[in-house]
Amino acid sequence: MKQFGGKLLFLDRSDINTDEIIPAKYLTEISKEALKPFCLEDLKLPDFDSRRDLAGKSAILTRGNFGCGSSREHAPWALEVNGINIVVAESFARIFRQNMYNCGMLAIELPAAQIDELFLAFKGLDTDLAVDLNAGTLKFTAPGKAAYTAQFKLTEFESALVKSGGWVQFAAERY
Amino acid sequence: MEKKAAGKSLAEKIFETHLVDKPFGEAWVLRLDAVFCHEITTPVAINDLVSKGMDRVFDPAKIKAVIDHVTPAKDSKTALQGKILRDWARRHGIKDFFDIGRNGVCHALFPEKGFVRPGYTVIMGDSHTCTHGAFGAFAAGVGTTDLEVGILKGVCAFKPPRTMRINLEGSLKPGVTAKDVILALIAQIGVSGATDKVMEFRGPVVDSLSMEGRMTLCNMAIEAGGTSGVCMPDMTTVNYLWPFVGPDGEGQFKTKEEALAAYKVWWSDEDASYDSVVNLDCSALEPVATVGYKPDQVRAISELEGTKVDQVYIGSCTNGRIEDLREAAAVLKGRRIADSVRGILSPATPDVYAQALKEGLIQIFMDAGFCITNPTCGACLGMSNGVLAEGEVCASTTNRNFYGRMGKGGMVHLMSPASAAATAVAGYITSADKLK
Ligand code: SF4
Repeated sequence: MKQFGGKLLFLDRSDINTDEIIPAKYLTEISKEALKPFCLEDLKLPDFDSRRDLAGKSAILTRGNFGCGSSREHAPWALEVNGINIVVAESFARIFRQNMYNCGMLAIELPAAQIDELFLAFKGLDTDLAVDLNAGTLKFTAPGKAAYTAQFKLTEFESALVKSGGWVQFAAERY
Repeated sequence: MEKKAAGKSLAEKIFETHLVDKPFGEAWVLRLDAVFCHEITTPVAINDLVSKGMDRVFDPAKIKAVIDHVTPAKDSKTALQGKILRDWARRHGIKDFFDIGRNGVCHALFPEKGFVRPGYTVIMGDSHTCTHGAFGAFAAGVGTTDLEVGILKGVCAFKPPRTMRINLEGSLKPGVTAKDVILALIAQIGVSGATDKVMEFRGPVVDSLSMEGRMTLCNMAIEAGGTSGVCMPDMTTVNYLWPFVGPDGEGQFKTKEEALAAYKVWWSDEDASYDSVVNLDCSALEPVATVGYKPDQVRAISELEGTKVDQVYIGSCTNGRIEDLREAAAVLKGRRIADSVRGILSPATPDVYAQALKEGLIQIFMDAGFCITNPTCGACLGMSNGVLAEGEVCASTTNRNFYGRMGKGGMVHLMSPASAAATAVAGYITSADKLK
């Protein structure tokens, strides 16, 4: 199982698509590692610079419909090779969400109101996210701020994928 | 058979007849009738299977593969992607592998070859796989891991289907096309309006559309977040498939009526229950185009009149079929495109190209000043054949106007082939009826 949690990256926009997460021109790469420098390169977000802002981050907080567009699994891979194994959002596009779980990564949805509160309270601060899979809790902390805890629930299938490390192994044994 | 209280939708019927396993309540594992592959997302799956010692395919006859995104290869990396797919197809005896000379954009090529039938389940490592639902199939784009399992085991897991019924009422004014309808619909429901749902297109407008038009509709289901678009298979579907299923093909049916009766089994029941219903009166629609970087940012072309463009691109799995070329050529005939515009046409498949040659359409495009490329995705995803420079604007018949989609810093306005052709002539965004 992968490690979840760490420093949080705030992407304060809805509908961030997979072309923005990893542009098509890098899809010629055969290795995941090669995607590393290009992750979020084309993100349309004021003051965002992927080369500066991605370093040291292990989790993303964002808004609605994250990962829409292309089916490329290169999007989760580009996040993964940058050390990001969890995205917390108001909602996800179907294929991206499934790709995350298929890779044993977490795509967690929280209600819009909670996402709002989190952005209000923590955006711009040096924020840490701690994930407790068994308890189903996300704990956000930042210096000088009261901690914020949110509940989440994975489906059985998602939980199995995260724990077993992916769908290929599961299916190979079962079908 | 026991009579059920509520009827079933087309998607529910397909799910129930293809169910292999429900390992967990919310995941239905379905048997797949077809697994489609292209050279961008498949090689990673192949390499992973090889490295795991599982380099097998579930059924070489049900796997169809094509090199379409970058072809001919533009550099050694894309050449390697093609090679991995090619070698794999040979090694496993995949007969339906389409290499250069016979290749075209996957979602235009595979239907043309008769690979999609009503009631099928189809996956591909490509988000626009939803296109194939135009035949009354459940067709969904997936990532590389799902594709890998599909190749190996012929199964894929989905959540139980929820269907959004979309009633396309009225009739289209002349000059208004399936592309305008789907853009108007996406504008209405938003880019995540159909997330996790099957979009079922119904009503007189769908009935009157050709298979090409229905594919344009279903193609952009994903731009509203939809899992698959679907249309009910009718006589238009039967006519399209007749060369494959009739006596001159596999001989599955002796008469078209027989085929229609078999396909109607998949129709949603009258009393099927829907997750939601959307109505769109299409009689009032005008030609439209997108603005901004999301496909739901749509305006009437009349409001955008005068927006200058640097390039016009006609092609792709949305609008690179023969009807689209006819529609654009009808506008271009006897005209020349503006000096300030670069016009690029990529016929979606070799058959489309050949047919367009036969009908004299290619000559019309050339006389108008268009460059004609081989069938490929090319400029659509900014990988080759017409990438934009920073700050440039393109009127395009493709399906995504995402920031950087056709080249870093470029702007894409999505529209119909007729509008794109008119825009090429004028040098700024306009519709065909405005041309002198
Ligand atoms: S034409 Fe464009 S949208 Fe269609 S499959 Fe090719 S790259 Fe994807």
